[in-house]
Amino acid sequence: MTVPRFWRKLKHRYNLLGTHCTTCDTYYYPPRKICPKCRRTGKIQSHQFKGEGKLLTYTIIQNPPEKITAQAPYVLGIVELDEGPRLTSQIICHPEEVEIGMRVQSVFRKIGEESAQGMIYYGTKFVKN
Amino acid sequence: MREVAIIGVGCTMFTELWEISFRDLFVEAGLSAIEDAGVEGEAIDALYIGNMSAGRFIEQEHLASLIADYAGLASINTPSTRVEAACASGGLALRQAVLAVASGHHDIVIAGGGEKMTDVDTGDATDVLSAAADREWEGIMGATFPGLYAMIARLHMHRYHTTSEQLAQVAVKNHYNATMNPKAQYQRAITIENVLTSPMVADPLHLFDCSPMTDGAAAVILAPAEVAKKYTDTPVYIKATTQASSTISLHDREDITTLDATVAAAQRAFQTAGLTPRDVDLAEVHDCFTIAEILAIEDLGFFKKGEGGIATEEGLTAIGGEIPINTSGGLKACGHPVGATGIKQAVEVTEQLRGEAGKRQVDGAEIGLTHNVGGSGGTAIIHILQR
Repeated sequence: MTVPRFWRKLKHRYNLLGTHCTTCDTYYYPPRKICPKCRRTGKIQSHQFKGEGKLLTYTIIQNPPEKITAQAPYVLGIVELDEGPRLTSQIICHPEEVEIGMRVQSVFRKIGEESAQGMIYYGTKFVKN
Repeated sequence: MREVAIIGVGCTMFTELWEISFRDLFVEAGLSAIEDAGVEGEAIDALYIGNMSAGRFIEQEHLASLIADYAGLASINTPSTRVEAACASGGLALRQAVLAVASGHHDIVIAGGGEKMTDVDTGDATDVLSAAADREWEGIMGATFPGLYAMIARLHMHRYHTTSEQLAQVAVKNHYNATMNPKAQYQRAITIENVLTSPMVADPLHLFDCSPMTDGAAAVILAPAEVAKKYTDTPVYIKATTQASSTISLHDREDITTLDATVAAAQRAFQTAGLTPRDVDLAEVHDCFTIAEILAIEDLGFFKKGEGGIATEEGLTAIGGEIPINTSGGLKACGHPVGATGIKQAVEVTEQLRGEAGKRQVDGAEIGLTHNVGGSGGTAIIHILQR
């Protein structure tokens, strides 16, 4: 990904900053300009998520994309935050420890790098809570 | 809207075709469809080209002009349009072509699809395919396409007790079907053990649960139904063309184990055609991974949610079973040149409905369905065909 494309959403990636539609009381991560439920009647506000949730499903990636530095195998999961939204993220744990439904907590981690001289991606991963 | 018929089909070999260029693949598929239909190039009113990512696979855009040019139709200025919906690009090209004829704007139209995937190495090709998911919120987080479908498979197994053996049986069946398809990439039978002992790509999906990188192209010629018999004794009529969207990210789906775009497109298709899933004699579905075929046969309404695995294990989806699925070998064994797949599905169903499918012929097939998916389910396109 190009530097501007990653940089543009830095604060959202680093801090789990998303949005909340106060019309229907639905939370979104990543942030959205339009609430898919209310569309033009929605009122969107910025929202800082607590970072706690549960693991909905997972896989153990053996063949990672080239820009992901994590040592394969790594656990990738879909986390459902307690406020409702779901996101795809790496789960820092031993592959044998992972199970559907386990409680997780967000942490700030390095997630990849372009090359030895290139941009380093930081963002959110999750650990067992 | 007027009814539309398929009057000609053509398809290249699906495999690693290092010696054949992208443009030559399209020309080969298009020419065989034109010869099959018995039409002249001058009769073609428009071209629709399905392709996912020539821009990254071969650093070539403006395919509409390129293909019209090398098909010999730029000299008579035939309009040409390239469409893209990731792995559903072929299905989308077919749908746009059908709508163009149905509307009365064009009469004879060619819909083609193709992809040249093996000019880049597997790592680069995997990255290109990752662009069908949300790069900013899935890809960058470490998701790969096998990884996304693996997360669907994991949850499906957790909820419905689907087994690795049942997933493997999808691959075994599709490889067996491909032994009878001379255009298929893998024409060798495999066993459940072969699948389960192949390297793990993204748990629980093994290498043999995944469709391959493939070069290939396919084409169909469409005409208004009322004149179709002028061109062929065996026109195949398009009873429904439907399309549905869903979220680009897997994690935003209400149910991770259901492709709601497939459900919506199927409901619209059966309603349009005045048919039910029970009326369908065979279907080509989007089995980019073995779990994807399980989801498809459930979401299309052939089996109840959660029963796709057991139905496959019991042989209900084999040729000779209740509803033969992927007689061509599917994406899994016939190969998956992404932009070509949606068109190739229509080629296979047309050959089946004409009774020209050779050893893999489904006896007495009258109604067939094609199901083409983009990404992890952000787009679904369905066509119902009838002889």
